[in-house]
Amino acid sequence: MGDTVTAPVTVIQPSRGWRALGLHEVWEYRDLLYFLVWRQVKGRYRQMALGPLWVILHPLMSMVVFTVIFGKVARIPTDNLPGPLFYYSGLLPWVLFSGAANGAATSLVSNMNLISKVYFPRLIIPLSAALGGLIDFCFSLVVLVGMMLAFGYTPQITIILLPFYLALALATALAIGLWLAALAVKFRDVSFGINYFIQLLLYACPVIYPMSSIPARWATIYKLNPMAHVVEGCRWAIFGAVRVGESEGTAATQIVGHPPEPMLAVAAALVFLALISGAYHFRRTERTIVDLL
Amino acid sequence: MPDTSDVVLRVEGLGKRYRIGAREERATTLSKAAARVLKSPFAYLASVLRPPREDEIIWALKDVSFEVKRGEVVGIIGRNGAGKSTLLKILSRITEPTEGRAEIRGRVGSLLEVGTGFHPELTGRENIYLNGAILGMKKAEIDRKFDEIVAFAEVEKFIDTPVKRYSSGMYVRLAFAVAAHLEPEILLVDEVLAVGDAAFQKKCLGKMQAMATQERTVLFVTHNMPMTLNLCTAGILLDNGRVHAQGTMAATVQEYMKKTSSSASAADFPRRDPDGLKLAFRSVRILDDKGLAVSQVLLPKGFTVQLTYEVYRPLRGVQVAFELWNSMGICVLCSTNLDSEPEAVARTTPAGEYRTRCFVPGTFLRPGRYLLTLSASIPGLEVLAEEKEAVGFDVVDCEGPEAKLAQGRRGAVAPILSWYTERV
Repeated sequence: MGDTVTAPVTVIQPSRGWRALGLHEVWEYRDLLYFLVWRQVKGRYRQMALGPLWVILHPLMSMVVFTVIFGKVARIPTDNLPGPLFYYSGLLPWVLFSGAANGAATSLVSNMNLISKVYFPRLIIPLSAALGGLIDFCFSLVVLVGMMLAFGYTPQITIILLPFYLALALATALAIGLWLAALAVKFRDVSFGINYFIQLLLYACPVIYPMSSIPARWATIYKLNPMAHVVEGCRWAIFGAVRVGESEGTAATQIVGHPPEPMLAVAAALVFLALISGAYHFRRTERTIVDLL
Repeated sequence: MPDTSDVVLRVEGLGKRYRIGAREERATTLSKAAARVLKSPFAYLASVLRPPREDEIIWALKDVSFEVKRGEVVGIIGRNGAGKSTLLKILSRITEPTEGRAEIRGRVGSLLEVGTGFHPELTGRENIYLNGAILGMKKAEIDRKFDEIVAFAEVEKFIDTPVKRYSSGMYVRLAFAVAAHLEPEILLVDEVLAVGDAAFQKKCLGKMQAMATQERTVLFVTHNMPMTLNLCTAGILLDNGRVHAQGTMAATVQEYMKKTSSSASAADFPRRDPDGLKLAFRSVRILDDKGLAVSQVLLPKGFTVQLTYEVYRPLRGVQVAFELWNSMGICVLCSTNLDSEPEAVARTTPAGEYRTRCFVPGTFLRPGRYLLTLSASIPGLEVLAEEKEAVGFDVVDCEGPEAKLAQGRRGAVAPILSWYTERV
């Protein structure tokens, strides 16, 4: 309320060098973060014939394409899972990541009208862009569970570990987004290039092939990619071990995806470093973003 | 009552430097343009990476210092480009100053645009929450004020309709209503009240005045002199990024008028590179009844506006116009060459230099200072040239009704109308 008990004092002056992240201020503006995420989700599908159905259709259509091309034509192994389940379970975290990275990297450009007219902690903008896809993910997850039941699989208890992998995916996306967001304002090529970059990154992640098909001598390098852990980890968390070759009642089981391993900690540490440095870089550049318009 | 010793805003030596892009030569042909791109494809990159040259830098603000006390309503005036908006942007923390500092005590609300962040697809209700949060309100705070906001905006019936179906008036009312209920201790307002109908403007002004009596401080950028005189207790005149005058609002407005009145009564415009130009004004004169250039017009005699302009290529349907602005910032009249010869709209004007004259009778003007703004356009298609506040001149009345009966009238014009009175 307007009661001036102790009026806060704001000092405005040119800042030099690195600044504190000001996370307490972001917390103070959490309602704005909530409304921005909500605007994204609610505004996106208005006046579309299929509306929110697109949330589900987008990964579903990619799944069909992958099943036909990589499964039926190229016959790439799918960890003993039916093709649709394998691709769809890989696509969900991937779509979350690519949407979040793209959204965060272009968030300042697409919200220029907001930034140039009102003050609020700028970190809110890439943050809200990254979080927007989470709701879509939840819808798609319901579809995946439905598909699993239809194929005769049941989700494992390890599914409660899913939020950890999602957090890692979003942190990776945000790290990329924070480093690029301010640059995208200065050079419009960035928002252009990020699209291609992320499309290429898909092939560096075990979405259309299992990580088990990576040759052992490349595995260490491959596993530096945090998204490889996210995609394989999600599969593991959802499916756990599936039974293979049950013809003779031998009922051998094989693990789908990849359970957590030491390399995951290394990749997560890298993401954490990139995220923190990205946030500081963002804070450093945000003060003059408006002038670059 | 406002405590006059309480400074809520202190600005010291504030400056803001902008880097304006290097001027690019225009490529006149496609092949020239292609050649330039091939020769230096990274021209933009290079221009950003190297340190700016002297001619690429402008100071939008320089050495700006002032103090504002609690409960004051301060009007910030000045010509376009004087730095008013930059000042508000720095004070609302949208951009950082290059030098100097400012200290603000209390919660700041800034209203630089009406309806920032409105999403056309969302309903009025949803946009109130969104816009409120953007302006810095908490959800609980919006919940509490929701009904009041809706009532103030007078949009009860349409609150669950997407705002893209709103009339522009409703849209502005809703947006202002949210901002008006922000209740900051210091409100920064850019020229946003220029929109909306008169009745709503009055309501907004009422709200702002009410804020001032609640010991809230308002900084207000505007061109509308009558409005500032009505609202503001103190004024700051910016010119070329510097504080030119400050004091009471009335004194500041007078200073502003003196400043603009120093603009000459005759103007010749520099010849510009004709590349890409279709028409340019060359000169403007105010002539008396003997055809002599003057800076003072005596009533009830009228005056003639004489314009010369150059047409660089044949143009069809050229309209040349001027606006007459009084010292209150009101446009008194606008006249165009097509008014008296509408058939000229279908005529093609060959390239060459032209002179046109328009006689303005003196039987309706009020005495005072006037400014003339010129424009040329092809109506509905494009604006060819514009010269804002090109010349200024004084209108002096020795014989009119006001001179004879000094009773202080209102009205932007003072025509002598016919009255007929009879006993019934």
